[in-house]
Amino acid sequence: MAILETQGLTYVYSEGSPFQKTAVDHVDLKIDEGEMVGVMGHTGSGKSTLIQHFNGLLKPTLGKVLLDGEDIWADKKNIRDVRFKVGLVFQYPEYQIFEETVFKDIAFGPKNMGLDEAEIRKRVLETAHDIGLGEELLERSPFELSGGQKRRVAIAGVMAMNPKVLILDEPTAGLDPAGRDKILGHIKAYHKRRKNTILIVSHSMEDIAGFADKILVMNKAKLFCYDDTEKVFARAEEIADIGLDVPQITKVFIGLKKQGLDFGKDVYTMEYAKKLLLKKLAEKGGTKNC
Amino acid sequence: MLRDITIGQYFPGNSLIHRLDPRFKIVITFIYIMMLFTGDHIVCLSVGAVFTAAAIILSQIPFKMFVKSVKPLMPFLILTAALNLLFISSGDVYFHWKFIKITSEGINVSVFMLIRITLLIMGSSLLTYTTSPITLTDAIERLLSPLKKLKVPVHELAMMMSIALRFIPTLIEETEKIMAAQKARGAEIDSGSFMTRAKNMVAILVPLFISAFRRADELATAMECRCYRGGEGRTRLRQLCSAPRDYAALAVTILFYGGAAALGIVLK
Repeated sequence: MAILETQGLTYVYSEGSPFQKTAVDHVDLKIDEGEMVGVMGHTGSGKSTLIQHFNGLLKPTLGKVLLDGEDIWADKKNIRDVRFKVGLVFQYPEYQIFEETVFKDIAFGPKNMGLDEAEIRKRVLETAHDIGLGEELLERSPFELSGGQKRRVAIAGVMAMNPKVLILDEPTAGLDPAGRDKILGHIKAYHKRRKNTILIVSHSMEDIAGFADKILVMNKAKLFCYDDTEKVFARAEEIADIGLDVPQITKVFIGLKKQGLDFGKDVYTMEYAKKLLLKKLAEKGGTKNC
Repeated sequence: MLRDITIGQYFPGNSLIHRLDPRFKIVITFIYIMMLFTGDHIVCLSVGAVFTAAAIILSQIPFKMFVKSVKPLMPFLILTAALNLLFISSGDVYFHWKFIKITSEGINVSVFMLIRITLLIMGSSLLTYTTSPITLTDAIERLLSPLKKLKVPVHELAMMMSIALRFIPTLIEETEKIMAAQKARGAEIDSGSFMTRAKNMVAILVPLFISAFRRADELATAMECRCYRGGEGRTRLRQLCSAPRDYAALAVTILFYGGAAALGIVLK
């Protein structure tokens, strides 16, 4: 069953002023429970605006957002509960940190949910472990930590609310490759354990290819496509037309296909490419040096 | 909510008012303010109102924006009007209860003040709506440049002002982002009791201050990297030059001022 659904979702910024702009234009979408979705799109394609509708931070100008089949705006008073069910981590979330200790900052969300001390403590420890923050860090000031650690504290702050749907807007922006892999690794492990729905906005096709079951592509305020990862990357040329990129390795294999070496499959991760190539080499019996 | 703050906002355009020399615009605004404060008769004030209306029409900026500029100050305006209304005791008494007296004079003064301050805000909003912050501070620097002889750091002051103005929208945007992020964690900002709201303000102010200091630091470094060292001997990208229309606008303003002043004397 679809956990998140949008029907004709439209959002217009500054309606009626000279700066009026349609940021999301009639988007119909169904996201199933337990999926890991990559969200792609150009700067200004409306993806950030779209995800802010999922937890009711923005109210649609037109259309509906359904969570578990219920319109989230049906009763305005319930909007806070929606925010606990759909956790949203913004871009550069480390700038929202404000508490004196890492523990307190992670506990801010659960505390707002009205949980008791013991439950809060349990959740903070659990999430800190999930995101790879050692217990020795919990009593430190978050402002003394490194950039990557701060980012993880901020992500943990949302994860600790134990949302059914977790949305992360560019969780790896501005991090070095090691920090990036660490965060993505922890998110993947978290997804595997909790089996909740996760949406990740990213500019890096390599990142998305590495984790997503499905990919959602936004283009010029409209939904360009929402489909399985391989099906989306199979449309490499269309995706290039709207100014986005497919992973490097997919490009290499498209090139190979043009040269006459067809593997009959679309390749979008290094692991898979390695396997295919080694198999091909073994078939040819070219085992001279390897 | 925060988007309603219009201080320092600039609406690009190409109307007559937009094209006026910013130095003249500042001087005109000063004369305009003096105009509003000459004469205590409603007729003098209506001269100012006519002037404001004409300027607003010429600027081609929707009137809605001027209403918006007054909105945040409405509580203060109403409070002043209410105080005037309740505590001025001269004139004919319409209503009397214990120490509160509503009199004709009270009504006059409070309505008068209300209109006067509204016009004042609208007129000065017109200045920032039609002048980009950079040209505005350029103009202030030029107008104040005689003070340099008295060792007043005019350039530095103008620079500080333009930086401050430049960062108003940035900080508003930042505040909105932080508010959204904390709301996503269930912080009650628009709803909830006064105490919870006050507590949650900490969750917004701390990150906001941290980021403001960080920005200031980064900006200072960037300026030093480009060898910025103040006003002495700097040339400008945009030279300010006055045209006949600037003198014409100034003349019209002085005429209006004279008219208001004359009416004030005649009607006394």
